[in-house]
Amino acid sequence: MKVKMLSRNPDNYVRETKLDLQRVPRNYDPTLHPFEVPREYVRALNATKLERVFAKPFLASLDGHRDGVNCLAKHPKSLATVLSGACDGEVRIWNLTKRKCIRTIQAHEGFVRGICTRFCGTSFFTVGDDKTVKQWKMDGPGYGEEEEPLHTILGKTVYTGIDHHWKEAVFATCGQQVDIWDEQRTSPICSMTWGFDSISSVKFNPIETFLLGSCASDRNIVLYDMRQATPLKKVILDMRTNTICWNPMEAFIFTAANEDYNLYTFDMRALDTPVMVHMDHVSAVLDVDYSPTGKEFVSASFDKSIRIFPVDKSRSREVYHTKRMQHVICVKWTSDSKYIMCGSDEMNIRLWKANASEKLGVLTSREKAAKDYNQKLKEKFQHHPHIKRIARHRHLPKSIYSQIQEQRIMREARRRKEVNRLKHSKPGSVSIVSEKKKHIVAVVK
Amino acid sequence: METVPKPSRDVPPKKNRLQAKKKVETSLGWKRKTRRYWEEETSLTAAGASPGPPSNKKNRELRHQRPKNTNIQKKSRFSRAQPPKKPRELRNPEPQRSLSGAQDPFPGPAPIPVEVAQKFCRIDKSKKLPHSKSKTRSRLEVAEAEEQEISIKAARSELLLAEEPGFLEGEDGEDTAKIRQVDIVEAVDIASAAKHFDLNLRQFGPYRLNYSRTGRHLAFGGRRGHVATLDWVTKRLMCEINVMEAVRDIRFLHSEALFAVAQNRWLHIYDNQGIELHCIRRCDRVTRLEFLPFHFLLATASETGFLTYLDVSVGKIVAALNARAGRLDVMTKNPYNAVIHLGHSNGTVSLWSPAMKEPLAKILCHRGGVRAVAVDSTGTYMATSGLDHQLKIFDLRGTFQPLSARTLPQGAGHLVFSQRGLLAAGMGDVVNIWAGQGKASLPSLEQPYLTHRLSGHVHGLHFCPFEDVLGVGHTGGITSMLVPGAAEPNFDGLESNPYRSQKQRQEWEVKALLEKVPAELICLDPRALAEVDVISLEQEKKERIERLGYDPEAKAPFQPKPKQKGRSSTASLVKRKRKVMDEEHRDKVRQSLEQQPQKQEKKAKPTRARPSALDRFLR
Repeated sequence: MKVKMLSRNPDNYVRETKLDLQRVPRNYDPTLHPFEVPREYVRALNATKLERVFAKPFLASLDGHRDGVNCLAKHPKSLATVLSGACDGEVRIWNLTKRKCIRTIQAHEGFVRGICTRFCGTSFFTVGDDKTVKQWKMDGPGYGEEEEPLHTILGKTVYTGIDHHWKEAVFATCGQQVDIWDEQRTSPICSMTWGFDSISSVKFNPIETFLLGSCASDRNIVLYDMRQATPLKKVILDMRTNTICWNPMEAFIFTAANEDYNLYTFDMRALDTPVMVHMDHVSAVLDVDYSPTGKEFVSASFDKSIRIFPVDKSRSREVYHTKRMQHVICVKWTSDSKYIMCGSDEMNIRLWKANASEKLGVLTSREKAAKDYNQKLKEKFQHHPHIKRIARHRHLPKSIYSQIQEQRIMREARRRKEVNRLKHSKPGSVSIVSEKKKHIVAVVK
Repeated sequence: METVPKPSRDVPPKKNRLQAKKKVETSLGWKRKTRRYWEEETSLTAAGASPGPPSNKKNRELRHQRPKNTNIQKKSRFSRAQPPKKPRELRNPEPQRSLSGAQDPFPGPAPIPVEVAQKFCRIDKSKKLPHSKSKTRSRLEVAEAEEQEISIKAARSELLLAEEPGFLEGEDGEDTAKIRQVDIVEAVDIASAAKHFDLNLRQFGPYRLNYSRTGRHLAFGGRRGHVATLDWVTKRLMCEINVMEAVRDIRFLHSEALFAVAQNRWLHIYDNQGIELHCIRRCDRVTRLEFLPFHFLLATASETGFLTYLDVSVGKIVAALNARAGRLDVMTKNPYNAVIHLGHSNGTVSLWSPAMKEPLAKILCHRGGVRAVAVDSTGTYMATSGLDHQLKIFDLRGTFQPLSARTLPQGAGHLVFSQRGLLAAGMGDVVNIWAGQGKASLPSLEQPYLTHRLSGHVHGLHFCPFEDVLGVGHTGGITSMLVPGAAEPNFDGLESNPYRSQKQRQEWEVKALLEKVPAELICLDPRALAEVDVISLEQEKKERIERLGYDPEAKAPFQPKPKQKGRSSTASLVKRKRKVMDEEHRDKVRQSLEQQPQKQEKKAKPTRARPSALDRFLR
């Protein structure tokens, strides 16, 4: 007879002294871990609930401006510095870590229409209603010196926006035409127009650095190549586009913030159909900015809220609002992709977390592991109805909520009418136009 | 320790299983010639540096030189289901050579036996989604690849397991069933011998008993009201009370700190000091108790014919189901999916979940009443015994077909499965144990593995988790039997740790409560939650089409592209269009033709020896 009994030596399973860590032998055999899927589901449910519990995105409000904040700019080299221009011509430079204003400049008379930093971070440019373009040093003046711009260019018309080239000493302004300027000269290198209307914003492409996009109030978006004297092509939409923003990761993708409450992501190679129509706002979208990852963007709207959209989804994943925040005019996603800043009508700049439930500060390795595990679980079970409902739920102000209901009813009515028309007309005579194509009027080359 | 394998005593090796395994290997494309470092060396010395695949013959001769693995394999009786031939392994075929000419004797990642990797594989590739988009399909493929990688990693971690399962083998031709407990106790070490004991408690009548989930604690209750719990390893008594009422069943709740006792009238819950915490009057005249540890549900079967689920974490009754089959006194849980199996007096076994008012399934098992039911830990096999003296084993994977049956002289009144798939049956004052060919395999009922005669009639059986011990409650008290090879040798410290401290237990309790599985999720397939819900997907699609008035995902009709240099004439356009349309039409016809024979097969009438007059009504 040969016999062996299972006989464990407790010394192998119990810690030797109280100072040791407890021993935890593992066996990953699935029969020892029954109900794997239901338990993971419950963990995912708990993780989703906790995410909603910890969703406290608002970090700080920077106050000091004496009029509505009209434009924001990020510092290219310092994460802590941010610049803002207000409607009374005042420019302020803020330190985000201290949450304080470190410098105030009375830059223009009337609005500061646009502000942008030079790629090296040593100076910045502002344009205002007083028909001037001013270049300022990033560092403040020395003791006893007076606050004065490095250069001032007097133009003939009002400039409504400015953007700096990402690599060269060239910047572009817009107003009645798009002007390309050399920093050393007082007259533009070239001016480009297409039609006669005021252009509200101009943006350089961060990858293909010679490309520019602009949007004008005659409802079109025009693309330019700096190396040519004439514009490339334009697309005409149903309503006016307020701003555009290029995707920092994909050279040919840009997103346009439109007056018709929607945002349109275009592939510049095929402008006749937008890649995605992003619809969730209930009022005109005023500004848009991409996250440095190029996966998401944030939009500011006249409906007193900001929303975060994934690039490939038509619905937003997040909405931020507070009771005191009025119409949001400008928004920026910080370069570390962790925070969002927005400037609004009621003179404040607000700082938000990009990921509402993220824990700030240093995480221990166990915290990090738990966070990653929960993230993966949430991803795995995101389509289960119960989890989806909790993850999607957001509290909205009553005005926005009722507006959404109202617009849903209107959309349903329109759709019903369309279906009825289709049903009662000769087959083939009425075709259904998809949401993507509906808003594009024409593409001109 | 022996090194030479003995021929298997009782049952011929199961050819079917082996063949099935082979098939799996080939279908996965893992069948690959592997080379050992010594083979490479011999070929180097003999025929220079030509690394051709070595012949099988050489392989066979050289196999005996593997010292370590063979030892491990032969030692255990139960791990012999793994074929004793060379295990097929995953490994890089080409050894890399350095500049000096020396080569890595173990090139590539460490090899993993395919059977082990199979155990951890969770994705069933045979299931295909009906109409998935290419994007979804590619995403699924990525997930599958990840899963595969994970299963390989998990299989690799098997190497770290510390303990080996126990075994019992007779000498040549010796029947292990003839080996008595006394002999085993003499042969094993002192620590193991101490696990065999008898508690002589004649005056308090037949005993029911239950081990806690970690296998560290034992609770037992006698018909005459004697209830006690003890740490049976150290033999330290935790509490001993007399409830002054008949005790029908006793069961630990999620930890050893609480246990439930089904008393004559009501259900009571006590703590580890024997203090009565709750008297649950909504569960009256309870005959059997089962605890579902992941759902925190205490299932009670009562004389009144009700199956009641009590959520012990919040103290609420989740469901009270009327089985409509009279008195219920046969109950067991399926540890794989938490479904409760009830045995009835009409020979059926019904499967219950708290989410459903009706049984999930009813299986007709016996002519005459069902006396005992047991389900193994993988949820694959169900053993039943009935008044017809039959012991049957059923397959629970879908078909509920009997796999094997055997008539016992007395009929078994109590059945229980161990962690490694041993089946114990209590018949009168005898306990028989049958074993299969490996872990969680079908126990062969031809010859028992062990038998033991007790001093009284068996009234309760329970295998101790993580110990090679079978606890038997009988009219004379409690007997703790040694059953080598019954238990899983390697426990998981985060799941149930027999050596856990109080702090660890408290932490575990919080975690377990946080991830309490809702009772509604109990169903026959616990993995169903991770699968694509095709039905509601189709439903949603249909509703969407209805709402929109058209199908947004419909394929647009073919529109020929304009061609240059006069080839875009109307006639050629029409021709091209017609060509595509015809091709689509042919595809449709082909598909429908493929489906037709399947339908006909389904319709085929059952052929009988003599045609019946009623056949004309068959359709």
